[in-house]
Amino acid sequence: MNDAIVEIVMLVTFVLMALWAVLATKLLRAVVALAATSVLVTLLLFKLDSPLAAVFELSVCAGLVSAIFLGTITLTQPENEAEVAESAKERIRRYWYLPPLLLLLGVALLQVALPDVPTAAAAGDDVRKVLWTSRHLDLLGQITVLVAGAFGVIVLFKEARKNER
Amino acid sequence: MLTFFVLVPLLVLLLLNISWRALPRIVPQAAVLVLGFADVVFGLALPSLPVNSEIPVLSELHFGLVADDLTRVFLVSIGLVICAAAFVNQESMTTERSHRNFCSLLLVSLIGMNGAVLLSDFFSLYVFLEVTAIASFILIAIERGIFAVEGAFRYLLLSAVAAMFMLTGVGLLVFTIGDTTFSAVHESLNVATGTPLLLKMAVGIFIVGLFIKGGLVPFHGWLPGAYSSAPPGVSILLAGIVTKVSGIYALVRIAQDVLVSDPSLSMILLVAGSASIVVGAIAAIGQSDLKRMLAYSSISQVGYIVLALGAGTELGIVAATFHLFNHAIFKSLLFVDSASVESRIGTTDMGKMGGIGAKMPWTGTTTGIAMLSAAGIPPFSGFWSKLLIVLALWKAGREGFAVLAVVASVLTLGYFMVMQHRAFFGKPSAQLDSVKEASAGYVVPAVVFALITVLTGVFFPLLKDSPLSFLLLNKGLSW
Repeated sequence: MNDAIVEIVMLVTFVLMALWAVLATKLLRAVVALAATSVLVTLLLFKLDSPLAAVFELSVCAGLVSAIFLGTITLTQPENEAEVAESAKERIRRYWYLPPLLLLLGVALLQVALPDVPTAAAAGDDVRKVLWTSRHLDLLGQITVLVAGAFGVIVLFKEARKNER
Repeated sequence: MLTFFVLVPLLVLLLLNISWRALPRIVPQAAVLVLGFADVVFGLALPSLPVNSEIPVLSELHFGLVADDLTRVFLVSIGLVICAAAFVNQESMTTERSHRNFCSLLLVSLIGMNGAVLLSDFFSLYVFLEVTAIASFILIAIERGIFAVEGAFRYLLLSAVAAMFMLTGVGLLVFTIGDTTFSAVHESLNVATGTPLLLKMAVGIFIVGLFIKGGLVPFHGWLPGAYSSAPPGVSILLAGIVTKVSGIYALVRIAQDVLVSDPSLSMILLVAGSASIVVGAIAAIGQSDLKRMLAYSSISQVGYIVLALGAGTELGIVAATFHLFNHAIFKSLLFVDSASVESRIGTTDMGKMGGIGAKMPWTGTTTGIAMLSAAGIPPFSGFWSKLLIVLALWKAGREGFAVLAVVASVLTLGYFMVMQHRAFFGKPSAQLDSVKEASAGYVVPAVVFALITVLTGVFFPLLKDSPLSFLLLNKGLSW
């Protein structure tokens, strides 16, 4: 019973944090909310018996990605107060229907399509073993994604700053 | 053996960037050309190549890749377009550094596309399509012009939405059947006890992601901006092959191997294909910029491919694949020609080109060939693939859609005639007095593509029994 309450609280907080991340008018707050969302996902993954996935989520999403976002924010100019208020209004006017739509979809999915929601990840091979024995091509793809990302940073940001100097 | 298509370009990419400064400009250029050409050669010769290596260490690395006739068509197309993009880039990139970066990113794109067409798994497909997409974002914005950055940003946003759909689809697949291979999904969909709704939803959501990546109506918003604002070599790459591998290849694969002759998939494809054909063609008529017009024309032509898939028959899949190959060739040719013109007069505004065909005869002639092929005029390759599409639809009992395909072809001819008239025909204006034919870096790929378009069309009746019969997927079909 207690476990169920904790899980519900975590899920509700997770949704609230995710909403805050996309609705926040200041980038800094959005990043904090996103990091908090990642931390909650990490906790949920731990509870679902997926410690490795949880560690990846914590280190990459909550750690690395937040650090990159914070780095970017320090390099950008904030909007003034009036612009912030205007864009907040504009955003609500444009996307007011998204939260109820998402809720509706979630309920529909649970009622119609998912009669047996699993409470924990299926016990299987060690993740490291799975990654190398049956998903090694994807690892190669991930390596290429990282290389491409590094190129992106060099080509679009590093050289741009060099030109500005 | 198939692993080489992914591992070798990755290795070359790393080697090129370890000794960055010491390398002369020709080295990365040559590397891209050799690897692109290797795709063409291996694509042509694949059935005689061993799929898995006998060498102990390499046999561990076969990664479960597969290659059938569909893969071969794509490998040849990827190789040809990569080579053309490298040729044009050699001429159009102004600085050494951007040229090298371009070559490296071309290799990343090659790895992504090779991987995507060689595997047989939804999740791996997603990973390699993302590799291609990341290379594309950076390539579009590589020169950091304001419109290029905007085009790249739009592509990035819609691509992220597409990735979310695809990943959700993959997640649901794992959830329902615990496997993401094409064969496992196909088997599960054919279980006699009835297909679980969630499994169908999973494939459906994945397909929505593919529609966005393929630039199909109503998800085409990103495409004209990305194509027209990118540097010339990148436009060729995007229009010639990237959009096809990213969106359309997987649709063909799903129609062929997963949802075989599924009526609900057929109807979705027929509607999306028709909408793309009509919207793309009508939007193309009103364009004054050559690259934007070609971008809208791409939406329309991709619509034909999807419409053919909607027939839900083997002939439909053959027609779609053959038109896909033809479109990769003639659309790359059109973008090479637009790059030629841009290199000489500095703009792609058709109003400023009037009569340029007289000053650039090779460019004018090859554009004419590509245009006639796109409009489905005999004896060019596009005529045969469009004929196959109409036949496939007619035989599948989709007569209305067959008529639409024919009528839209007249529209295609219309907007291309307007383009030829405004840009290439007539007496050149005084401002174009000093304009000369484009350099060899543009003319060579244009002539090669024009020859492929003409020869494929003229010798089409012999294609079925030739070594190139894989272009028709080696199906013993009668039409």
